[in-house]
Amino acid sequence: MNESILNVKNLNVWYRDFQALKDVNIDILSNKVTALIGPSGCGKSTMLRCINRMNDLIPDAKVHGEINFNGENINSNQLDPIDIRSKIGMVFQKPNPFPKSIFDNVAFGLRINGFKGSIEDEVEKSLKKAALWEDVKDRLKDGALELSGGQQQRLCIARTLAVNPQVMLMDEPASALDPIATLAIEELIRDLCSEVSIVIVTHNMQQAARISHRTAFFMVDQDRCGYMVEEGETNQIFTDPQDERTESYITGRFS
Amino acid sequence: MPRENFDREISAVSNDLLILGGMVDKAIESSMIALKNMDNQLAKDIIFQDDFIDRKQIDIEERCNNLIATQQPMASDLRTLISIIHIGVELERMGDYAEGIAKIAIQMGKEGPLKPLIDIPAMADISRDMLSKSLDSLVNRDLIAARNVLKQDDEVDQLYQRVFQELLGMMNADADVIKRATYLLWVAHDLERVADRATNVSERVIYLITGKLEN
Repeated sequence: MNESILNVKNLNVWYRDFQALKDVNIDILSNKVTALIGPSGCGKSTMLRCINRMNDLIPDAKVHGEINFNGENINSNQLDPIDIRSKIGMVFQKPNPFPKSIFDNVAFGLRINGFKGSIEDEVEKSLKKAALWEDVKDRLKDGALELSGGQQQRLCIARTLAVNPQVMLMDEPASALDPIATLAIEELIRDLCSEVSIVIVTHNMQQAARISHRTAFFMVDQDRCGYMVEEGETNQIFTDPQDERTESYITGRFS
Repeated sequence: MPRENFDREISAVSNDLLILGGMVDKAIESSMIALKNMDNQLAKDIIFQDDFIDRKQIDIEERCNNLIATQQPMASDLRTLISIIHIGVELERMGDYAEGIAKIAIQMGKEGPLKPLIDIPAMADISRDMLSKSLDSLVNRDLIAARNVLKQDDEVDQLYQRVFQELLGMMNADADVIKRATYLLWVAHDLERVADRATNVSERVIYLITGKLEN
């Protein structure tokens, strides 16, 4: 059952001369939620951005090492980053719907990919998966920006799901939301992992503990370079971490 | 160390757990004296004092519950609070066994014990030693000491078997002693349970240290 969908080997990332991430090795398991936790600047968002080639957009960013996905190294120049991003979607901290209708937001990816079937059906399916359908089914033509923050974030999740990704990357997806909307997103994440593998970066350790199956703890060294300290079953990381640095971070005694 | 208040709370509640352990140990010790000396007043005191043990346990549990609810403890903090709750319950039950022995002492009345008390006080001594060592192992986070306590339980079990056989033999030989022999059997059984509870305390200490529940 514990098949990995992503296999990261010796991942090193530099922004110009500054090394942001050092020697990361991790297997991301299929249909599981993996949480990346750690203090600010520990490289967890950098790690997430590597997984769908977002660092391509940053001049002077250099990525070494392998991220194997479906038997291919994502970092290979042979692969089209646009294609990778349709299979490995990303949801950001602040909901960022397009200034279009609710319907068009979800249909967007389908249209640019030249989807041939019924776009209406796919939009409905994605909105249902994102637990937003009941809220918006009678107002699909309304502007997406009229939705509440939590609804906008679920819309972004629906937009990502519409192109049927295998992996969904989430960078602090609930940190801009109120507690109720946060819980709704958390519930959604747990429901979605039956069809998509999820990697989530969060500053909220309780959130990581609540929603993830596996947790990876990252730290930052004296040169401000991020690295992974340990990775394991979430239950184990939060009750009996093997590394003292993890222990002091998650018990709040990090200095 | 940004969690000084939380650390202070954990340390205060740990301290109260040790105080509870001391109260329970005193109750077991007194129950043996009450039994041996047919001291009704002391037995009544033990029964009266058990309310304080119960209240102390509830206070400890409530404080741990509040810390879990408000501080979101993780890792060793979480294991510590969960262990304190469990150990508090074990100690409170040991107090109940001491109270049970005190009640038996009162029931025995002026007749006193059926036979000279030798193995029964030995069971009490080992059980109290187990209790004290298990709490020491908690304070010192000493895995080896905690595991050693588990071995002592076998000694108490053996003594219990011996007392049981002896009293059974006496009952078989003379039906008139059945009532008084049964009193002593209850006492021995209570002490055997005290040792079992001390074993449970040690198992919780092992969990606290290793993160693994053993049996």
